[in-house]
Parts: sequence; structure tokens; C-alpha cells
Amino acid sequence: MRVVIQHPMETGFRREDGERVKRNAIHSFTCRYNGVEVFRATLSTGIAANPYLRFFIRAGDTGDLDFWWLDDDDIEGTAKARLVVS
Amino acid sequence: MKEIVLLLGMLFAEPRSGLDYSSEEIRKLQASDAENPGMLWVDQGAKRFAQGCASCHASMKGVAARYPRVAGGKIVNLEEMVRHRNPAMTYESDEMLALTAYLAHESRGLPLNRAISEKQIENGKSEYFRRRGQMNLACAHCHDANAGKQLGAETVSQGQPNGYPAYRLEWQKLGSLQRRLRSCMFGLHAELPPFGSELLLELELYLAWRSQGLPIESPAVRR
Repeated sequence: MRVVIQHPMETGFRREDGERVKRNAIHSFTCRYNGVEVFRATLSTGIAANPYLRFFIRAGDTGDLDFWWLDDDDIEGTAKARLVVS
Repeated sequence: MKEIVLLLGMLFAEPRSGLDYSSEEIRKLQASDAENPGMLWVDQGAKRFAQGCASCHASMKGVAARYPRVAGGKIVNLEEMVRHRNPAMTYESDEMLALTAYLAHESRGLPLNRAISEKQIENGKSEYFRRRGQMNLACAHCHDANAGKQLGAETVSQGQPNGYPAYRLEWQKLGSLQRRLRSCMFGLHAELPPFGSELLLELELYLAWRSQGLPIESPAVRR
């Protein structure tokens, strides 16, 4: 599985026009396969913007993949994909 | 004699994409649409285009390969072309980056093909060879005379514009060619010309002329 999420992953240490930019990073990510959680990750500010995740799952049945993530501003992101096993 | 040969080499150097000077990791990142982070902007741009532009414009294939160009005595780059219909849209805004990335991606692989005359690039060319900033260097000092050599950890490229808008790892996001030009000027400790200024447009036009024939790579990945 390869996932790229568009997100600034602000560390909280960067300054713009002298003002500190508030920390805002994705901290939780899960992947569900047919409703069952198969992958979970805890991310932090050490990860570059637009994080790229790669992980393996065992593809048994055709089913839906649900991706979910949450950042420091409590903004949720979701994405869906259909995995077809033939 | 050696100097003459070097000079001739400079004048007749084949244009080479910045990709040729990139590491293998960066080439891989750019080559795979699933991994290239610039594709996030292309996808967004495609959605925006479908919502706001597709009712009039059918296919935009090949359009980006013709920009920048001179129209009505003014230089029009991809951004200015988008601004023609959306004057409020600013350079480096998410909307602008998404749309220009989409447009450039539609022409990916096509050779840059601009009808630009020698007369039109005169100003841009003199700016390209003009020394500027506290470093007192012109674009040509690095990108013509020293392309392929090391500058610290970097390999100096020819400064070709065919990958822009590009995802730069330093920026951690997509950015326009003008942002890239301003980065160079920042490095020279020169005054930064504002986005959309005559100077940047003239330089863009000269770079376009200089890069004729290179394929469009947008969204390229650069360091």
C-alpha cells in the first residue's frame, strides 16, 4: 500500500514574517480493510510535509480500504479505495 | 585555445533538464505518479478545472508547451494566463498552484515549443547576464559556465524551466518558476523582485527560449 497525504506538517518551530507558525501535524493514521483495522501509525513533526507511507497488507478478499487521519487542529481526513482480488 | 573551446561549448551546449543533474532517489520520486507529491496538486487542479473551466475548455493538452509567450506586447506566462480569467488569484496560492500544475501536467512529455523571437528575448537575455546582489553574480555564472559542477552538496544545473511548477523538497510543496527564480536571487543577496514583475517575466521568457525542445516534466521533483 502506498499513501501520500497532502499536509503541511508544521513543526511549530518555523517562523513566517517573525511570527511562529502554530504546530499542526498529522498525529494518527489508520487503514481499515473491510472494516477491520489493518494498519495504524503515529506520526509527529519529524516527518516531512506531504507524508508518504508505505506498508503491506495481506489481500484476501475484494473489499473497501478506508483511510483516516487526524491532525493537531482536530481536522480529520479520509480517503477510500476499492481493492479487487481476482 | 582552451578558453575558446570552453566558450564554444557554452554557446552550443545542448539543453539538459534539471533531472539529469538529480540523484537517483529524486528521479525515482518524480517517475512514479503514486509517489510524486506534486501529483497531489495535479489532482486538485483537475477537480477545479472540471468545476470551473471545463464548460468552455475541452482538452488543454499542449497548451502549457506554448507558454510563456508574448501577446499584445506583454509577456504572458501560465500564471498570467490563468489570471486572465481569475484576476484575484495570486501566485503561490493553492488554487493557482493546483491549476498551473494541472495545465502543465496535461502537456507532460511534449517538447517546449514556443514561438519566441530573438528580438523578444533581448531584455531577458541581458538580465540573465547581468550581475546582481551582494554576490555580484549573474545567472550565467552558475548555470552556463558551471553547470554540472558541485556547489557544496548541490550539483549546479543549467537552470532549465521545463519541470515547473515543481515540487521542491526544500519548500516541502509545489512552487512556480518565479518562486524558484526568487530563491536564486535570495541566494545572491539581491533585491527580490515581486511575483509577476516585468523582470521575472522577461527572465521566464528567456529561459523558455533557451530550453526549446526539452520535454515538460511538471510536476517535477527538485531538491
